[in-house]
Amino acid sequence: MRGVRKTFPGVVALDDVAFTVRSGEVHALMGENGAGKSTLIKVLTGVYPKDAGVATFAGREIAPRTPLDAERAGIATVYQEVNLIPELSVAENIMLGRQPKRAGFLQWKEIRRRADEALARLGLEIDSSRAVSSYSMAIQQMVAIARALYLDAKLLILDEPTSSLDEQEVAELFGTMRRLKDDGLGIVFVTHFLDQVYEIADHITVLRNGGLVGEFEKAQLPRLELIAKMLGKQVAEVEKVGATLAIGTPGETDGPALLEARGLARTGSVAALDLEVRRGEVVGLAGLLGSGRTETARLLFGADKRDAGEVRLEGESAALAHPAEAIAKGIGFCSEDRKSEGIVPTLSVSENIILAMQAGRGMLRKLPKAKQLGVANHYIEALKIKTPSPETPVENLSGGNQQKVLLARWLCMQPKLIILDEPTRGIDVGAKGEIEKLVESLRADGMAILFISSELEEVVRACNRVAVMRDHGKIGELVGAQIEEHAIMELIAAHEE
Amino acid sequence: MGNSSRKPSLFLHSSVLWPALGMALLLLFNLIYDPDFFRIGMRDGRLYGDIVSILLQASKLIPVVVGMTLVIATGGVDLSVGSVMAVAGTLAAMLVASASMPVAAAILIAVLVVMLIGSVSGVLVAYVRVQPIVATLIFMVLGRGMAMRLTKGMGVPIENEAFLFLGGGYVLGIPFAVILVFAFAAAVAVFLHKTAAGLLISAVGDNASASRLCGIRQARLKIGIYAFSGVCAGIAGLIAAARVQSAEPARMGELLELDAIFAVVVGGTALTGGRFSLAGSLIGAILIQTLVWTMQKLGVPSDVTPVPKALVILLVCLLQSPRFRAQLTAPFRRNPVMKAPA
Repeated sequence: MRGVRKTFPGVVALDDVAFTVRSGEVHALMGENGAGKSTLIKVLTGVYPKDAGVATFAGREIAPRTPLDAERAGIATVYQEVNLIPELSVAENIMLGRQPKRAGFLQWKEIRRRADEALARLGLEIDSSRAVSSYSMAIQQMVAIARALYLDAKLLILDEPTSSLDEQEVAELFGTMRRLKDDGLGIVFVTHFLDQVYEIADHITVLRNGGLVGEFEKAQLPRLELIAKMLGKQVAEVEKVGATLAIGTPGETDGPALLEARGLARTGSVAALDLEVRRGEVVGLAGLLGSGRTETARLLFGADKRDAGEVRLEGESAALAHPAEAIAKGIGFCSEDRKSEGIVPTLSVSENIILAMQAGRGMLRKLPKAKQLGVANHYIEALKIKTPSPETPVENLSGGNQQKVLLARWLCMQPKLIILDEPTRGIDVGAKGEIEKLVESLRADGMAILFISSELEEVVRACNRVAVMRDHGKIGELVGAQIEEHAIMELIAAHEE
Repeated sequence: MGNSSRKPSLFLHSSVLWPALGMALLLLFNLIYDPDFFRIGMRDGRLYGDIVSILLQASKLIPVVVGMTLVIATGGVDLSVGSVMAVAGTLAAMLVASASMPVAAAILIAVLVVMLIGSVSGVLVAYVRVQPIVATLIFMVLGRGMAMRLTKGMGVPIENEAFLFLGGGYVLGIPFAVILVFAFAAAVAVFLHKTAAGLLISAVGDNASASRLCGIRQARLKIGIYAFSGVCAGIAGLIAAARVQSAEPARMGELLELDAIFAVVVGGTALTGGRFSLAGSLIGAILIQTLVWTMQKLGVPSDVTPVPKALVILLVCLLQSPRFRAQLTAPFRRNPVMKAPA
């Protein structure tokens, strides 16, 4: 692709970008949120028409107008959110829309056979008659790949395929990717995880603010330099940011608890656990995916009802039957699932920001329009939210900016305790750094923070105390200097015996 | 990207534009067919003319549409409105005729009863998690049955002057029913503007899980809105009964729920909930009524009327589809590829 340009009303999303993928390589596409990665891919796959530029595929110029065009040309795409139908079988999902028929009747045996063939190509041996939802996210991801590759594709695009996988699952996916690469397939790999890029990619193309920064061979681009290129900074500056982030002052660990949970439990999701969070303290919940971190947070926020145990806020017992009650007591909760539990897509940025505030005031005491815009503008500036205007529908923003809108929603309430569930998931290095810094400054101002993250290094950097979870229960706690990646991992592993 | 090219697109995205355009076309057609269409005369101190008649006929649809818009914005639908009209109309008529109750008291009781019916639908939707279409279908059937049982299937003639004024009265030459329903719609619009109700309703309709985590108490909100929809239907039922001077349990409000849903959809509110347009819905209601009127004037037999009605609704829905509009206007636009530097 050469000289690709794409504009949206008010924004130039891509400007004169060149991008080359060769057969038999894994090519990482990197950049901060809003750098134009998604737009480039959507242009390549015919979701958006390009405004200028040329795309050549296997020696022929192509201009796909719909995703189907691109698919027919041999470009297969798997998006971040797995687009499968959970209740249908694996085979049905792979063959949907291309079912072999005879005289109008489906040939079930043939469907199974062809689906199994497609799975075998990925080295996957699973029962294709079972429902997709009965398999893990990694397997689902691979089923999606099998579906995408079904039509003799030459190029496979994976848009953040690993963001909801755990380490073991990522390893499985990478095995599949290597196998496909050896078959001569070109693979475009979009991700925010640097480790993964260095593990699997051959080339790296970096975008920034809709422009091309450059294409590099992996071996010739040290990690720090890559970060610097994504951020548009000099290497020395990045080192400095890293250093300041690492020096977190220890929080108070012995004041009275702001939040105190005793024997908190819910059948099937959380086994009785105790937890305390003090003012000016960042408490981490660490553990593998599915260890009960999110479930615990939801109980503390009243999003789910606890079956047993007691929660005290500033010494007073709280029933927490509805999120509204938790909010009234000064708790905020940023869900890990930005799309389905966070943003209200068609409402504007400013309406999304003031939504919890308005809900707290009640229906009749409307926050005046001028006040709404005042609050929104304050946080748009403070959190550097990139949006054409506060009136823009929030669905038009990039993932990282949507995340900031959600943070603003809670910050404007000036909560005493904020629960951040995977606040940096699926957002870029720059925004991650900003969010970590923000957490630190909120802590310094005396807010209590419950911080949930799958990235251990992030937990280590951000937290004063870490509760480690496994199998829906708390298995230990680390304080201050004890907080180290390997200490957390050892705790989880030790318990496994 | 120049500013000049953005302004018209903003205008094109206005939710009221397309139903308004459909309305304008229909009015234009009527004007060509009958140059006297817009003429309004005065007889015995009362305004008359095609426009007045259309508005008078729309007076029973408008309140229903107001309630329906809010229900649809929460992501639900209310199929019970037609039957609820019959309940309110027959109940009030019975109370006045056989219990010789004062009109105001009868109306108050009727409105409270339909409000209760609406709240029960709301409870079914909000707490029992019955799908709205099913919950209100129950009352569509049950409500009609209640009205029929109340009068043993017979019509109840209305003779009370005050009651009849609701449907046949005039104030300053304008039909009272028209004044009443527009004042009602305006009051609701002011309420939505002055309070945060609109925002909260849109939020719940657009993303229910996110709204819950924002602390919006959806159950209360939904029960309130279904109850309000019941009241809206009740008002419509009282007007409908007064207009024909008789409460007919079997026919009042029959199929009106469909017209109301059409009006809301034509007005630009998506059936999936979220952002809504009350003004759009009102235009939708008047559009449908104008269409019926036009058909009568053209002498289309009443059993065929649904066909052109369906066609016009299809046309307006097509106009609202961004995709269809893009294809329609594509030949008239300059290709953006030509403008960008190569």
